[in-house]
Amino acid sequence: MSRARTAIRVVGVAALVVVAAVLPHFISDYHALEWATVGTYFIALLGLNVLTGYSGQISLGHGAFMAVGGYTSAILMAHHGVRDLWTIPLAGLVAGGAGLLFGLPALRLSGLYLALATFAIAVAFPALVKKFEHFTGGSTGLILNLPKAPGGIHLSSNDWLYYLSWGIGGVLLALGALLARSRVGRSFRAIRDSEVAAASSGVSPALYKTLAFGVSAFYAGIAGSLVAIETAYVNPQTFPITLSLLLLVGVAVGGLGSLVGCIFGAALIEFLPIYAQNISKQAPSVIQGLILIGVMLILPGGVAGLGRLLENRAFRP
Amino acid sequence: MAEFWQQVVAGLASGGIYASLALAVVLIYRSTGVINFAQGEMATFATYLALTFMNHGFSFWPAFWLTLACAFVGGVAIERVVIRPVENRPVLTVVIVTIGLLILINGLTSWIWGGAVRKFPSPFSTRPIHVAGVAFSIQDIGIIGVCLTAVVVLGLFFRFTKLGLALRAAALNPGASRLVGVRVSWMLALGWGLAAALGAVSGMMVAPVVFLDPNMMQGILLYALAAAVLGGIDSPLGAVVGGLTLGVLLNLLGTYVSTLGGEMRLVAGLAVILAVLIVRPAGLLGKTAVRRV
Amino acid sequence: MTALLELREVEASYGPVKALHGVSLEVAEGEIVAVLGANGAGKTTTLRAVSGTVRRGGELLFAGSPLPRSPESVARRGIAHVPEGRGTFADLSVRDNLRLGAYTRRGGGSRDDLRRVYAFFPRLEERRDQQAGTLSGGEQQMLALARALMARPRLLLLDEPSLGLAPLVVAEIFATLARMNAEEGVTVVVVEQNANLALSSSARAYVLEVGRVAVAGPSDELRKAESVRRSYLGY
Repeated sequence: MSRARTAIRVVGVAALVVVAAVLPHFISDYHALEWATVGTYFIALLGLNVLTGYSGQISLGHGAFMAVGGYTSAILMAHHGVRDLWTIPLAGLVAGGAGLLFGLPALRLSGLYLALATFAIAVAFPALVKKFEHFTGGSTGLILNLPKAPGGIHLSSNDWLYYLSWGIGGVLLALGALLARSRVGRSFRAIRDSEVAAASSGVSPALYKTLAFGVSAFYAGIAGSLVAIETAYVNPQTFPITLSLLLLVGVAVGGLGSLVGCIFGAALIEFLPIYAQNISKQAPSVIQGLILIGVMLILPGGVAGLGRLLENRAFRP
Repeated sequence: MAEFWQQVVAGLASGGIYASLALAVVLIYRSTGVINFAQGEMATFATYLALTFMNHGFSFWPAFWLTLACAFVGGVAIERVVIRPVENRPVLTVVIVTIGLLILINGLTSWIWGGAVRKFPSPFSTRPIHVAGVAFSIQDIGIIGVCLTAVVVLGLFFRFTKLGLALRAAALNPGASRLVGVRVSWMLALGWGLAAALGAVSGMMVAPVVFLDPNMMQGILLYALAAAVLGGIDSPLGAVVGGLTLGVLLNLLGTYVSTLGGEMRLVAGLAVILAVLIVRPAGLLGKTAVRRV
Repeated sequence: MTALLELREVEASYGPVKALHGVSLEVAEGEIVAVLGANGAGKTTTLRAVSGTVRRGGELLFAGSPLPRSPESVARRGIAHVPEGRGTFADLSVRDNLRLGAYTRRGGGSRDDLRRVYAFFPRLEERRDQQAGTLSGGEQQMLALARALMARPRLLLLDEPSLGLAPLVVAEIFATLARMNAEEGVTVVVVEQNANLALSSSARAYVLEVGRVAVAGPSDELRKAESVRRSYLGY
């Protein structure tokens, strides 16, 4: 890649970071909360991208891993009085563990069958949550303390949540980028492109596919935990099947395999319903469906693909 | 003992509904190689359409047939417009497109008809009939009758007609089919049309029981998928057997095991899917082998 | 008399790879013509070009009019292509395979139709309810031929019928082919690696080399011409 192109990319990323850092000063408190939510979706999408974009495994049940993380945080906070911040990594680890556990039997399922199994999990999960009332509070759910910036930091709670989401998001994005460039990341992509070829090159599909599930579930768990903290409430309907499907929309529109594209996907998921509701209450679903189909038919690379196209045009030799 | 047989018959009725939708899923899987996650929503849309016809003066059965025709046309249209462009793309792309259809059709249904729960008239009376001293619901028996008839008619179509043979051939070996003059891409569209009609049957049979609302078929799709997987995702007979078995099984479990009533049946459905896919992916009657690397 | 099949400077490619660089040939009605050549010479591609299973350019005329693009339409014109690997439906019964052969004909696949074809291939009648995939190699080739016959084609394209079969079986197949040609008037273009066999069973032959026609002429002469046999046919 030419020096000019690298330079533009670096400047672009730096600009994004600066904007992200100062945004709360320029927007209302309410909008800060919206952007905080975009941040949590962003983290969930990063995870889904590792799984589907990088290692090529289809998951229609990503929301279930978010639920695992969210409920872990909620249970720790409500039943055991743990500080909200400490629950975040724990939620990630528990969800990550669940991902590894699921990743193992999932090895026997490929493509369509995996999609089917994860779809079923997403549909049935709320019922499962209701069943274990003792832990999860059943249908009534768990009520948590309202989020507050830790002592010493003078921020409104929404601004605090914004920086929490995007701070963690930034760290996880950097980790994700490192992962992508690492041997592990290359192995993921090798498996996505051809399992047989990967296996004959010494890359063990079993190991890396399971690892991909674990990593993506870890990310989802953290996102779920943030959702719980931000809304200060979880119940079985906090993570419904529509969430899993929406995450798929986000990752597809942002661009499969593109980490930065996740920002667009996350923004779409958060803001489309808000603005489309002005047309009608059901318009969001219709528009989301149309966008999803349209993107797959016309622009399978998503927004990131479009970006690459424009970039290539601009830098034509 | 009487209750047992009542529950078996009731289970067969649910099973018939699952079997119809499962057969639709299998039909599309065999012809296009894709699992149509939007099958349930398509069925719901068709059911609402039926209600609209009935509200405009048609009685049940004329509305039923009109709806089947509309569903057929709709299925063909969807295959031509949305699926055909992505026919040769990777599995992930097609899965995402069917999810997009799911979201779109669900949204359209709510938009056009609103989200309120509605009553859907049943063509069968709710009086019981007595056989050997046990009271059975005429509605259950009617549902079993309609669903099995639909399934059998389709089976006869596939076995004994030229078009049915061509459809089977197109699904098995598209290249060889073209060489004998079969227009493969229209066969795929035909498959989608038939599947949509089957889904409509399923929807119109279940709506009187569970009441009509835009999310009516979500759980039923899960059971239909479980039935298809249980029977073997590429086996039409398996879908029917799987559906009936699952219906009876879930009903009996729900009646006699207290923890498994209501929504927990969804979890039972999930358990069936996972268990079958992990232990015996080909299902009871299917033939696909899962490749291991 | 116009030829039944005429190819003029036909080109064909598999994606970016060009396989035919301008093939011209003619087949008169009622003839049996052989297409020979080494591996990769373009024999199979030539048949695929006719049936429309590969992207092609140049002129292809059948009974005077240009051939359509898609395989389905070509089949409907009365051209039956039996590909390499036979193209039988392994999961369907023998009878269903035959019924499919008659797909393009109105009223095809009737009992009388089947009876006519069983007369040519008695062994298939015995096995009519068996799954095609369980037949032996020779029987599958018979099935492929029988299926083509069901279509009452004007032109039969046959790709490597002897592949993987024992000599006795191959002899039987070619004898049946001769009968089809004589009794049903089917014009045949047969692609073969076994040049000697093909030359003894055909009236004329074309020898392809690297996507072009290198030699053409009456099969008898080609068989006798040692130089041709040595250079192009390997024996």
